[in-house]
Amino acid sequence: MTSIIRFQNVTKRFGALTVLDNFNFDVRQGEKVTLIGPSGSGKSTVLRILMTLEPFQEGQLELAGIGYHESHGRGDFKASDRHLHKIRSNVGMVFQSFNLFPHMTVLRNIVEAPVAVLKMKREEAESRAVELLRMVGLLDKKDQYPSQLSGGQQQRVAIARALAMRPRVLLFDEPTSALDPQLVGEVLGVIRNLAQEHDLTMLLVTHEMRFAREVSDRVCFFDKGRIVEQGEPDRFFTNPEQPRTREFLSSVLNG
Amino acid sequence: MTWTQYLAPLMKGAQITVMISLTSIAFGTVLAFLAGIARTSSNPIISGIAFVYVLLFRGTPLLVQLFWFYYALPLIGVSFDPITTGIMVLSLLTGAFGAEVVRGALMAVPQAQHEAARALNFSKFHTLWHISMPQAIIEMMPAFGNLAVQNLKDTALVSLISIADLTFQAQSLRNITLDSATIYTMTLAGYFIIALGLMLIIRFIEAKLRRGAAFPRSAHS
Repeated sequence: MTSIIRFQNVTKRFGALTVLDNFNFDVRQGEKVTLIGPSGSGKSTVLRILMTLEPFQEGQLELAGIGYHESHGRGDFKASDRHLHKIRSNVGMVFQSFNLFPHMTVLRNIVEAPVAVLKMKREEAESRAVELLRMVGLLDKKDQYPSQLSGGQQQRVAIARALAMRPRVLLFDEPTSALDPQLVGEVLGVIRNLAQEHDLTMLLVTHEMRFAREVSDRVCFFDKGRIVEQGEPDRFFTNPEQPRTREFLSSVLNG
Repeated sequence: MTWTQYLAPLMKGAQITVMISLTSIAFGTVLAFLAGIARTSSNPIISGIAFVYVLLFRGTPLLVQLFWFYYALPLIGVSFDPITTGIMVLSLLTGAFGAEVVRGALMAVPQAQHEAARALNFSKFHTLWHISMPQAIIEMMPAFGNLAVQNLKDTALVSLISIADLTFQAQSLRNITLDSATIYTMTLAGYFIIALGLMLIIRFIEAKLRRGAAFPRSAHS
């Protein structure tokens, strides 16, 4: 089985602070991986590096066979805009704070990128957007603006928007953390359905442990920029091996 | 002479004032967008040129700028007629102040919007014109309103490079009639009415933009 994502000895620093230290991590195509751990442990940074929102200083990273650093690449990212564009064409991201475009309708939010970036015909992009909105249960909101939607609805639109670009890898950065408790379920429901997609690779940073156990093929526990323990979810949650994992799980499950 | 006899010459001056003001606001707005966007550029040469331009025009008095362009520039072989000089200098000044408004509004667009645009693989150009600018432009309008009124009031100085604007006409009338109270009261009223007109136009544009964008001010943070 080939890896679609491969971190090899990646080191990421913010000034004097080392967030990832010689980090190694592989993800198979189609795998659903959940990243858990205390805040500041580097799990969101892994997603942000994959989305090219953050550069890293050392090591190698490949996504779908494309290396992030170019051999003569310049700047923080050690790569040209063109190269970064190529990398990003395989990845999509769903943010904690949704980040919909407030000046565009729901439909336009979804159609904009396929038309502007993928050069898709507007009618085709719209008919696909309608399909995606139906899938997330928000077709009736297509002409509304983000400010007219609840947080849960905005996040479902954001998921549809990311999917419209047909990413091979979809990253979820704490997608339910900014939501009122009663709205969490509707977003998790959409993600649960997506997890049925065989070919879509998903990386999910979350604090929803029960959900992590239910949807993922593998759970990775992060602490201080390293994966302390990882494994198949049933084993991971019932019988964690590392003391640090046990400590963390008992604090979040009983807290 | 009665006050009604002052009306015709003052109206003639007011027309010049309105023409100079509207023209230099239009050119100044274009300059403001060019320089304001250039200021946010990651290219140090582009942002450097814009920075120096803004610094020079914000840091020197308008009257001296006018004199420099009108009296000093011809000495190195470049000369323009008074109206062109007046419009040029006022455009450059309004553009310099406007550039800071444009830059400030662009920088106030949340970082999260840029990240979302990046995650969707938009080009820098598309992000600027279709994501940042539509959100920023509404925030610019109140400040642009102030600049427009400031520009109108600044036009009074062009009378000093022999342009027959409202202030120039008032001065000429007063020199003949010595009726300072009536003439200057009418002149003040004239500027005030033009300023009101300008403010109404800006309000109208802002309301139109806000409706077109259809997101209430409170709802975007």
